[in-house]
Amino acid sequence: MLWLIAAGALTTSLIADRGKTGTAVLRALRLLWSIVPSLVGVLAIVSLVLAAVTPAMLHRFLASAGIVPFLAALGIGSLALMPGFIAFPLAAALRQSGASNAVLAAFITSLMMVGVLTLPLEARFFGWRLALIRNALALGAAVVVAIGMTWVLA
Amino acid sequence: MNRGAARTLAGASRVWPWLALMAVLVLWAQARARGVPDYGRTAGESLARFMLEMATILPPMFILVALFDVWVPREFVERRAGRDTGFGAMPWMILLAMMQAGPLYVAYPVAISLWRKGCAPRNVFVYLGAFSALKIPMLSFEVAFLGWRFSLARSAISLPVFVLLALLMERLLPRGYRPPGLDGSGCAP
Repeated sequence: MLWLIAAGALTTSLIADRGKTGTAVLRALRLLWSIVPSLVGVLAIVSLVLAAVTPAMLHRFLASAGIVPFLAALGIGSLALMPGFIAFPLAAALRQSGASNAVLAAFITSLMMVGVLTLPLEARFFGWRLALIRNALALGAAVVVAIGMTWVLA
Repeated sequence: MNRGAARTLAGASRVWPWLALMAVLVLWAQARARGVPDYGRTAGESLARFMLEMATILPPMFILVALFDVWVPREFVERRAGRDTGFGAMPWMILLAMMQAGPLYVAYPVAISLWRKGCAPRNVFVYLGAFSALKIPMLSFEVAFLGWRFSLARSAISLPVFVLLALLMERLLPRGYRPPGLDGSGCAP
């Protein structure tokens, strides 16, 4: 889908102006070249971390009572990097074993909005200060969303 | 910092990704040789999945970002989503973000490109917020696995939260702050 849109845009651009398209392709390649090494590193480290965390461990931490699963959800969500097709089945399994909606919302929101391991990457685009502020605020947002969820779905 | 230390640091920042990659590959090969599904195997498989995701999303995304860079004039973005526009731009930023897929890191170059074209910081952060919380591909998974009620409630709560967050971010930024972007990303100033 994305490939089709990109191919269509590229063809249109090529018909409209060859020179400009050439510049664009060069830019895309340069961007790819400058980002891929650190991205590969981040992904490798995330895989190492994720492999250490077994589903059984997640269930033990996230499906108990009290504040612990809530904090664990925020911590794990901030550290991990998971595509949706893994995160949501996992969330459904966690709900089966008793995780509350607040814990699930905290996990999903921090998973999507906070990226501790991708910070070096984010800092290269936005600068360290801004990247740190954004992640800190996003963590706060995850807390607010989780608290809101218990209210709304009570 | 003296020059030698700086060079060591620069060298380390170039070498560590490959060291991490090597570590995963070695662990994976070792697990495979012993034929038991264990730590190395899991790590290798999840790395393969991540790489596949990256390879399918990154190239077309970057082509689109570069085309946007080359074709869309700065005045256009500035007029529609710049500092002096009201809240009217936000629904469009949110819609743009909802149409996309992939992990948050693919949104960074888009955000930087918008920013450098004169998009107000609050709108850039609304885009990032919507990208992380309201992407349609993600919502469809959420509805399938956690149900309508959960998905709707989470989206409805997240929306005002990330808009507020974006406004706060803009207030916290020094006026005229320019993100470093990436060397060689070549965005027009």
